[in-house]
Amino acid sequence: MGRVTAAAPMEIEKTESAEEVFAVPEPDVPWVTIVHNDPVNLMSYVTYVFQAYFGYSKDKATKLMLDVHHKGRAVVSSGTREEMERDVQAMHGYGLWATLQQDRK
Amino acid sequence: MPGQFEPLPDGGAAVALDEVEISIIRSLAVQLLELIGPGPAEDAPDDPLAELFAEGPSEPPEDPVLKRLFPDAYSDPEGTPTSEKAEEQRAYSSEFRRFTENDLRAGKRDNALAVVRSLDTLSAAGEGGAVLKLSADDSRQWLGCLNDLRLAIGSRLDVVDEEDTDLLYRLPDEDPRKPMVMAYLWLGGLQESLVATLMP
Repeated sequence: MGRVTAAAPMEIEKTESAEEVFAVPEPDVPWVTIVHNDPVNLMSYVTYVFQAYFGYSKDKATKLMLDVHHKGRAVVSSGTREEMERDVQAMHGYGLWATLQQDRK
Repeated sequence: MPGQFEPLPDGGAAVALDEVEISIIRSLAVQLLELIGPGPAEDAPDDPLAELFAEGPSEPPEDPVLKRLFPDAYSDPEGTPTSEKAEEQRAYSSEFRRFTENDLRAGKRDNALAVVRSLDTLSAAGEGGAVLKLSADDSRQWLGCLNDLRLAIGSRLDVVDEEDTDLLYRLPDEDPRKPMVMAYLWLGGLQESLVATLMP
């Protein structure tokens, strides 16, 4: 649903609480590739991409596509950060709007 | 059926296009090529390594179409990150962009070039236009390019949610966006029929 980027902070305040919040990510927490909803991409095309790139079955690809469509996003793959960067790059190549992040549960 | 790809026995696809349709697709693909721009090797055509080692940009593009084609890889559109987290996401996105955007641009350029080339091989068969025949590989390049073209037009038309698409169908004829909307919807039908020929 369009692109929303985080507002650029005008200044960064270093406070005690901010330091606590900004914990170093644990290396064993997996990363995930998330595909976001987009009103331009055709449902059939998104399903096709999930099948063609990830090799998912028609059922799984369709379910993920419907999740993207109805919930606004879906986790389409998980693994190391490098693997997820590869998947996100591939999704951008197909024109899908994808991001990666560490899986926070 | 006019304006619809039909599957060919070898895995490819065919569609009948008239002269106007050919010139619309060609012109849109050329505009996309101009927007994406040349690769980094353009300035050093004799250096085979220029393309390989050139770093991409670290900042997101200004143009909304390019921004949509090359989005930030590390940004949670639904998240409200702390300023530290946002700063980290921006740094990661920049790094990702430096190492991927040239390749992504090259891929989209190749697809658009393939579309222009296949249209240029068509010799119009009289009044009725011509039949475009694509191999399965060509079809995949066409599919990618049709999607990029629709993303570009959708971005120019400000299609940001499903309701916008519904509104497009009801635009009055005198609306200046009408021709672009017609092209957008027509390309959608073309793409839909082309996906169907490629479905595993």
